[in-house]
Amino acid sequence: MTTVAVKPATMAQALGRAMRDAMAEDPTVHVMGEDVGTLGGVFRITDGLAKEFGEDRCTDTPLAEAGILGAAVGMAMYGLRPVVEMQFDAFAYPAFEQLISHVAKMRNRTRGAMPLPITIRVPYGGGIGGVEHHSDSSEAYYVATPGLHVVTPATVEDAYGLLRASIASDDPVVFLEPKRLYWSKAQWNPETPAAVPGIGKALVRRTGTSATLITYGPSLPVCLEAAEAAREEGWDLEVVDLRSLVPFDEDTVVASVRRTGRAVVVHEANGFAGPGAELVARIQEKCFHHLEAPVLRVTGFDIPYPPPMLEKHHLPGVDRILDTVARLQWEN
Amino acid sequence: MTVQELPGAGASYRSTPPPAWRPRTDAAPLLPDPEPYRVLGTPAAEKLDPELMRRCYAELVRGRRYNAQATALTRQGRLAVYPSTVGQEACEIAAALVLEEQDWLFPSYRDTLAAVARGLDPVQALTLLRGDWHTGYDPREHRIAPLSTPLATQLPHAVGLAHAARLRGDDVVALALVGDGGTSEGDFHEALNFAAVWQAPVVFLVQNNGFAISVPLAKQTAAPTLAHKAVGYGMPGRLVDGNDIAAVHEVLSEAVRRARAGGGPTLIEAITYRIEAHTNADDATRYRGDAEVEAWKAHDPVELLERELTARGLLDAAGIQEAKDAAEAMAATLRERMNAEPVLDPMDLFENVYAEQTGRLREQAEMLRAELDAEEQS
Ligand SMILES: Cc1ncc(C[n+]2csc(CCOP(=O)(O)OP(=O)(O)O)c2C)c(N)n1
Repeated sequence: MTTVAVKPATMAQALGRAMRDAMAEDPTVHVMGEDVGTLGGVFRITDGLAKEFGEDRCTDTPLAEAGILGAAVGMAMYGLRPVVEMQFDAFAYPAFEQLISHVAKMRNRTRGAMPLPITIRVPYGGGIGGVEHHSDSSEAYYVATPGLHVVTPATVEDAYGLLRASIASDDPVVFLEPKRLYWSKAQWNPETPAAVPGIGKALVRRTGTSATLITYGPSLPVCLEAAEAAREEGWDLEVVDLRSLVPFDEDTVVASVRRTGRAVVVHEANGFAGPGAELVARIQEKCFHHLEAPVLRVTGFDIPYPPPMLEKHHLPGVDRILDTVARLQWEN
Repeated sequence: MTVQELPGAGASYRSTPPPAWRPRTDAAPLLPDPEPYRVLGTPAAEKLDPELMRRCYAELVRGRRYNAQATALTRQGRLAVYPSTVGQEACEIAAALVLEEQDWLFPSYRDTLAAVARGLDPVQALTLLRGDWHTGYDPREHRIAPLSTPLATQLPHAVGLAHAARLRGDDVVALALVGDGGTSEGDFHEALNFAAVWQAPVVFLVQNNGFAISVPLAKQTAAPTLAHKAVGYGMPGRLVDGNDIAAVHEVLSEAVRRARAGGGPTLIEAITYRIEAHTNADDATRYRGDAEVEAWKAHDPVELLERELTARGLLDAAGIQEAKDAAEAMAATLRERMNAEPVLDPMDLFENVYAEQTGRLREQAEMLRAELDAEEQS
């Protein structure tokens, strides 16, 4: 029996590997963005791609996000599959016009004649001590835009599998990379990447009976930690990782909440009109008779992202999740 | 004047430049001739290709009639809106005629006529303005991008497509149309910069028709001309009389030729005038006087060519009549086809949002289906 080298790999490595494999398999896949070539990106996610595939396949673009995404639209119109890197969450905003008016709508405007297979990689979220404009959780803007898929991995396997699925998708995908998990490691064999379900499927990461935590991306490890800690309080928490915000896997969420009867949605993004608001509304609609308590949320505050020395107060942490879970004891 | 000679510059300005500094390109060849290029009414007209010019004439007459018909359709409520190109037909037609079949046109919302002159079915070209669907044609089939309403956003698309075609080794040029107001948008800047850095085979044609809705060029830019903007990006800028179709055709052809040969992008400013209001919803008398409009009418693109061709014996009364008859026939067909009610299926709303319908959309589609069924029964 041959032993396969199962080595610890980081999420950053898995993402790079996903692009590498996609580029090797499909000559129409092109990576582009600021500093993605020689430098390999500021997070080194695209490290080595320019060397292996040449600068025409992994291109350092001028510094202009609308230009990058707009050019990607034209490239996709001509049959390429651009994978665009936005350097940081808050620097994707100059490209919103292109994203919303063209990327999201081209299939629809042309009645299906011109789908745009573009993957837009956006490192997002806080927790890395970044200065202003480097920690935004902008998923609410993306999920509110019909025509975009919105995906976010929380594990090394998903980073690889979901990015491969996104690049293969004939629809545009906003691929949100939780940057504080870039250096998280897992035992992972890049030669035989585990088959993970693609876009649109949530996964129960931990089974439990007393309540469901629904989360995604950077908050998954926090929720898993909270679930462990909750055992001491006598709570057996189930944790659902959405993985894909659009489409949203309602079946998995609804099935879990109907089983447990209680639910808390956890995310870093601001609470007001955040993705959690939508999730809670759906759960109330679909699980009303199964609910033992109102569905609650633990989210970032409704404030501009705070300076790094204060971010720990803003981000949903284990204690805040546990306090909220305690409030599910509605009958008391 | 160099930096060293700046008046009032202190001693520090006199130090030698840092080692990395050097001008990348000699700016002089990129600069536009400040006098717009003209052919009609000049000695250069002697070299005109009679066949091409007769074709241009027929297209101009048809274009003028098309504009009139589309405007009439707005009055009859058949079109929600129509941004007229009366006065700008030479630019629209020349843009369509200089392209080879494999080339791509990237029009703005005003450029229906260019799309029609390229061969697009006028009814398909008008769905956006009628309101039955956003884009009534397959862009790949005609190599015409969807008419873009957000200003200048189509320009980076043209760059990306041209770049992709070149990467694939295909002989494709992209021609992108934009208005004078659109040149102030960030996407204009980003597109030109990308095109020049990538040496993409793109031609940018600015139709400077004097106004962005009500705002005149002087309030839009402080540049000497819009063509001057090219120099800052490292591409040639050219200025042309936009009502002189021979001149526009020549300048565009040269730029297309250079792009095709790997010479990179060109920015062309065509100076023209929008004779009618911005759209039928606009009151142009609030921002401009009759005298100005009349002066421009005296420099009409159709008449300019007609005069030249008649004077040279390349066009006679019969030829003029023939062009008019063909234009009338086009208008009659268009009128008749546009008078037919478009057949719409509301269930189309849920198609083509994604490759595969989401559960959410399936639910909403069922809701609408039920509403429609109930309506039918009542
Ligand atoms: C991004 C954007 N901002 C504003 C508008 C509204 N708008 C439509 S046409 C127009 C003026 C455009 O002027 P110009 O670029 O000169 O083109 P023209 O109408 O003269 O062809 C404006 C402001 C728009 N369509 N897109």
